[in-house]
Amino acid sequence: MLIIEKSQPGRTNTAQIPRDVEAVTDIPETMLRKSPINLPEVSEMQTVRHYTQLSQKNFSIDTQFYPLGSCTMKYNPRGCNTLAMLPGFAQRHPYSPDNLSQGYLACMFELQEMLKTVTGMIEVSLAPMAGAQGEFAGVAMIRAYHDAKGDDERTEILVPDAAHGTNPATATMCNYKVKEIPTNDEGDVDVDALKAAVGPQTAGIMLTNPSTLGVFERRIKEIADIVHQAGGLLYYDGANLNAILGKVKPGDMGFDVIHMNLHKTFSTPHGGGGPGAGPVGVSERLIPYLPVPMVTKENDQYRLLTEEDCPDTMGRLSAFMGNAGVLLRAYIYAAMLGRDGMQRVADYATLNANYLMVKLKKAGFELAFDNRRATHEFIVTLKKQSKDLNVSAMDFAKRLLDYGYHAPTTYFPLLVPECFLIEPTETETKQELDGFIEAMISINEEAASNTETVISAPHTLPVRRLDDVKAAKELDLNWN
Amino acid sequence: MPFIPHTDAELKEMLAEIGVNEIEELFDEIPDELRATGLDEIPLGKSEMEIAQLMHQRAGEDQRALCFAGAGAYEHHIPAAVWELTTRGEFYSAYTPYQAEASQGTLQLLYEFQSMMTGLTGMDVSNASLYDGASSLAEAVLMAVRANRKSKTKRILTPKTVHPHYRAVAHTITRHQGIVLEELDYDQQAGCIDLNSLPNDPGDFTALIIPQPNFFGSLEEVDALTDWAHQHNALVIAVINPTSLALIKPPGEWGDIGADIVCGDGQPLGAPLSSGGPYFGIMCCRQAYVRQMPGRIIGRTTDLNGNEGFTLTLQAREQHIRRSKATSNICTNQGLLVTAATIYMSLVGPQGLFNVARASHNNTKYLVEKLSNVAGVKKIFTRPFFHEVVFEFDLPVSEIKHALSAQSIVAGVSLDEYYPELNNCLLMCATETKSKADIDLLVENISRIASRLESSKRPAQPKTA
Repeated sequence: MLIIEKSQPGRTNTAQIPRDVEAVTDIPETMLRKSPINLPEVSEMQTVRHYTQLSQKNFSIDTQFYPLGSCTMKYNPRGCNTLAMLPGFAQRHPYSPDNLSQGYLACMFELQEMLKTVTGMIEVSLAPMAGAQGEFAGVAMIRAYHDAKGDDERTEILVPDAAHGTNPATATMCNYKVKEIPTNDEGDVDVDALKAAVGPQTAGIMLTNPSTLGVFERRIKEIADIVHQAGGLLYYDGANLNAILGKVKPGDMGFDVIHMNLHKTFSTPHGGGGPGAGPVGVSERLIPYLPVPMVTKENDQYRLLTEEDCPDTMGRLSAFMGNAGVLLRAYIYAAMLGRDGMQRVADYATLNANYLMVKLKKAGFELAFDNRRATHEFIVTLKKQSKDLNVSAMDFAKRLLDYGYHAPTTYFPLLVPECFLIEPTETETKQELDGFIEAMISINEEAASNTETVISAPHTLPVRRLDDVKAAKELDLNWN
Repeated sequence: MPFIPHTDAELKEMLAEIGVNEIEELFDEIPDELRATGLDEIPLGKSEMEIAQLMHQRAGEDQRALCFAGAGAYEHHIPAAVWELTTRGEFYSAYTPYQAEASQGTLQLLYEFQSMMTGLTGMDVSNASLYDGASSLAEAVLMAVRANRKSKTKRILTPKTVHPHYRAVAHTITRHQGIVLEELDYDQQAGCIDLNSLPNDPGDFTALIIPQPNFFGSLEEVDALTDWAHQHNALVIAVINPTSLALIKPPGEWGDIGADIVCGDGQPLGAPLSSGGPYFGIMCCRQAYVRQMPGRIIGRTTDLNGNEGFTLTLQAREQHIRRSKATSNICTNQGLLVTAATIYMSLVGPQGLFNVARASHNNTKYLVEKLSNVAGVKKIFTRPFFHEVVFEFDLPVSEIKHALSAQSIVAGVSLDEYYPELNNCLLMCATETKSKADIDLLVENISRIASRLESSKRPAQPKTA
């Protein structure tokens, strides 16, 4: 039932309504609103009950194992939220003067410093509000670099065929043509194809390492050399940073620019689809082009750097300082981890992924890259089940929901058929992983013995499978 | 202090299962020469108590100020239930609702949000949010270029009365695609777009941006502007403040046929100021343009049993399907902030939002009356305002602002960086959160500081040799 269906005309929530408000007399009648505002008229208790009950229809990290590959669904520590919402932070206006902002700016400065160390990059800007904005900033900086050299022949960005969809979409927004580079049988970039593809038209390459295939790109140094020798730059998609914290630094691999998804590695909440935060780090040659604002420290005082300080900046990406409150949560988390904790995060994220991979293999599941280590994630392909039993990865995913597990990422990356991209993260216990493995084994048996149950799943959730075709054809996008 | 549950015994069992002796072996595919030397510059980890002590100290340094700054971020009362509910783990720690059956809570909430936004703006459809107001304007510009097939020039008329940072962001994001944001000057008496300055024959342009209220807080002549743009086959992009729409005419009703695309920042609907984010971007449009709209959209449909349910729809527009041909590279929305906004709008209801808007207007009007009585301070624009006003000072505003900040008062936002002609001006705002006593306190302080600065300005007695 929608909240509007609980509405009664004239019901008001007096505790939440400003009192004794006088009529407005100094705005001309023609400029005022005449039509009613179709918002619900419900009590505070009705509202609390409605949204509490809605929340209970969600899977979430706080209620279920959520092994969603490429999304790093780790525990979001409660303390990070509580401390970021302290009144001094929550009520700070973005235009507050520096003398009323030193506490907040100190946190941001230290976050910049920690991210520099973790990534091996020379400078960091916290400005981008999400991974896709970080990507945009990165590619726009690559363009600014070539433009500054007067090199306008470079019209192409190379993207591996396994890349996340935001990579090619971003390159297009920066007016680059996208050329796809194939992946070889072991999950590495096809270096010969790369050699053939680079040239004076190459502006750069967008790479994720560990790749979206859940493996470490072993020939990364060679790839970096090939692209650099052709005059292009290397862009690092930092979606998969969790398993390499303290193990290997993108700066050392030869990357010129990186974005980080703080809502993944640094555990800020996914919030049902956002907000994220996508800081960017750069090598020496891209420093002038970093997005503003950034935080600097002068004579023990912190202040924001703006266009005035950074005349060659690629620009501004948000009205103020990006998703500032998300950055604060990430800072608190990073400070809690410390350098010792970060190494352990990488260790145990990798341990959990390899344990899950090996046990699923022993249980008879087919791995996409059988002779590789898992990084923080790995891929199972269900193509045999699909071919022999007509049970798809999507059917497996929906049936897992009945078992109380959120489904892994399905059908991504697109080049592995019927795939599950599985990422357990370091915060899950061995017991939870074992439970998931048992569920997978059980569904595999059901797929053969009780196919109908699997292909018509889920059976125990608030709704059965939804009619997506109807949703797109008979658009019903609001109650008005 | 990471959040890792493993015991030593479990670690041993897991390593044995994998067939390695130690965790380090799991990293053996990383070439040796690339192995990092460590993270020495990062401090050691802290317990929750230790970080809490540090954060309390730092939050204390940014002590709660009495704030009259607006300029795109407005302090409103946020009912306690808003964030109590929003930070329930089931909302807070859920992912994007790709698995619809396991995400009906978030999906229904987003559908309700879309409904509330269309109701408020008077538009046909809404998406489930973008990043913030500035980036939603950038996306609206890109969308207008896709939607207006009659126009070939990619010229977007961009009044200087649009927030300067919004214009900067729109430029950053759209500049690589041959789009020209052409500035429109404003009437320096009225404080809004000058209708008389609009050319009779403007040539082909793709869209006109109309901010309402504009950056100065003034109300633009939206009906005439909308009709003028439509007469020239251009689209109208409205930049709105959602709270204001409870009081002033919504963009769906501007001129003869209404605005075409509506964007803005949703922060006033339940998001704390929080140093400028996270907020969320509003995006609404006419039904005809829904397939050109970026971002996630939720639709109501039925399940296998014919029961009502909610799902992401029109995904063929998005990057994970269309890749380089997507409407935008946008992946996330600002789901958590939309959760807060939906709960906020339910709690205050139509009457509450109307009263918040009127109280904000009336408080700002009171501020105008009081501050206009102070010698050397005057309100400079003549157009009606919503809840923000520009004041000009005879004395340097930087000194006045600085003296006020020592009293923990944030007086407003200086404008000279973006408007050299508005030297010594402050953009000030008094929402429903400011009492008459707060405003009196501000005015007394300004009056006192102004007279002190005035007296120190008198030339010193010439020294005799």
